[in-house]
Amino acid sequence: MSANLINMLLEATLQTLYMVAVSGALGTLLGLPLGTYLAVSQRGELLSSPAVNKVLGLVVNATRSVPFIILVVAIIPFTRLVAGTSIGTTAAIVPLTIAAVPFIARLVENAIREVDSGLIEAARAMGATPLQIIRKVLIPEALPGIALGLTLAVVSLIGYSAMVGAVGGEGLGDLGIRYGYQRFMPEVMLAVVVILIVLVQLVQSLGEGLARFVDKRAPRNRGR
Amino acid sequence: MADRQTSGAAITFQNLGKSFDKKGSSQVMALEGVNLDVPAGTITGIIGRSGAGKSTLLRMVNGLEQPTSGTVTVAGHDVGRAGAAELRRIRRDVGMIFQHFNLLSSRTVYGNVALPLEIAGVPSAEIKRRVDDLIARVGLEALSRRYPAELSGGQKQRVGIARALATQPKVLLSDEATSALDPETTQTVLKLLADINRDLGLTILLITHEMAVVRDIASHVAVIDGGRIVEAGPTYDVFADPKHPTTRSFLTGITGITLPSFIAGRLQAERPQGPSQEVIRITFAGRHATDPMLARLTSELGIAVNILAGAIEEIGAHPFGNLLVSVEAERAAEARAYLERHELLTEVLGYVG
Repeated sequence: MSANLINMLLEATLQTLYMVAVSGALGTLLGLPLGTYLAVSQRGELLSSPAVNKVLGLVVNATRSVPFIILVVAIIPFTRLVAGTSIGTTAAIVPLTIAAVPFIARLVENAIREVDSGLIEAARAMGATPLQIIRKVLIPEALPGIALGLTLAVVSLIGYSAMVGAVGGEGLGDLGIRYGYQRFMPEVMLAVVVILIVLVQLVQSLGEGLARFVDKRAPRNRGR
Repeated sequence: MADRQTSGAAITFQNLGKSFDKKGSSQVMALEGVNLDVPAGTITGIIGRSGAGKSTLLRMVNGLEQPTSGTVTVAGHDVGRAGAAELRRIRRDVGMIFQHFNLLSSRTVYGNVALPLEIAGVPSAEIKRRVDDLIARVGLEALSRRYPAELSGGQKQRVGIARALATQPKVLLSDEATSALDPETTQTVLKLLADINRDLGLTILLITHEMAVVRDIASHVAVIDGGRIVEAGPTYDVFADPKHPTTRSFLTGITGITLPSFIAGRLQAERPQGPSQEVIRITFAGRHATDPMLARLTSELGIAVNILAGAIEEIGAHPFGNLLVSVEAERAAEARAYLERHELLTEVLGYVG
């Protein structure tokens, strides 16, 4: 493999990492509060507001129903508005983030709903406000589940980022399609696939390690 | 466990009712016409079967449930009518412990005890001082950096108690706090509660389905059945002279006295043909509790009594006896009438041929 190709692979890897990192961070920033709100606004919950919950749920489901590649092209005008351009790696972060937010929100919602309702009751009995219960009880208790959810989301984003070549997003997927497939360079395709596998493995192990670290529910951390 | 009724009632339930909407249009009455004073400084037990409404009653004291009618007053505050902010203030004066402890798995022992203080906005230096004190009071100094998953049930409940005491409440609510614990651990947790009641003058309201818990630490008891208080008063009076069938059924067997197996195996509900013995449980209480009643039964009526099992224990400072005996079935009715005349309670358990 030529030095040129190695440079291209390196550059594509960095582009993928950039897109995934930024959209993952933005997705978490927006998805965490949204997911939390989805969990606590259900009927009978802490901030019960069934009507708002229903509307938000519909929006989240609608966004998640659109196939990613269609989302990418459908929101081009919006992307141009936000990023100033609709082409390139930075522009690709917009659809990636929009796909990540509802996905992360649902994962966070599930993790928070898993928290034992007895803990919420105990916190209410202490005189906690709903916001205090969210900050001091729900999120810390749901953290192992949230960490695993975010791992899943980042792995999915790595996959999605391969599709943004359609709008000039570049990155590993785009390199694989343009060189590996269209120029028939199987060694490039192979290298791209191997790098993606390694990335996904790294993210998965890191995420699981983090989840284990924050999970104090089982006594396996004894003597740590 | 002397009475401390000097400062009046800490909690007052007045004509309290609670109904829940059920699916469809029917309503379920969980509580109806509850009137009860919990004297300040006492340990008061509310005993009832599951579904009797005791948990709902307890949860109305700190506003976790709202009454549909009547009032709950805690230290002068009408809980049912308190706004959100006032309710949070009231809750800081009312600690609560739970059957399943409800500790945060993500926080250490220290962190769990600190939580109510963080919520109340106490400065962190003050939190440190108070939490260390509380952990020492419940005897968990060595485990302060451990997580709940590393503790036994009894240790978890001690953390629960320390946490409930953190905001220096005037009232402690106990929701079946020992029901998930083994008998030995139950005893140590009950002793801790009794110590706290004595040392801090804290009013403790506990709900339980075990009469033994009431016997061991409660100076006052209320029996709840079908959403109503059917009997209430100082524990010894209720034990010595239970009026309601539910109370009697709770009292049966709490002493842990059981028939020897060779008799239990032959026990039948119906009196058999031919000569047989009637097995009777006698509860000694009141002024004849320490009289030699069985000896008098034999000497005055000439009825022979076989003693099968028995024990005398104390409730508060008063003796309370429980005896299982058998007498010739022919004359059993006469013997029971004699004992009842002398204010002892009898209950026919069955017959052996």
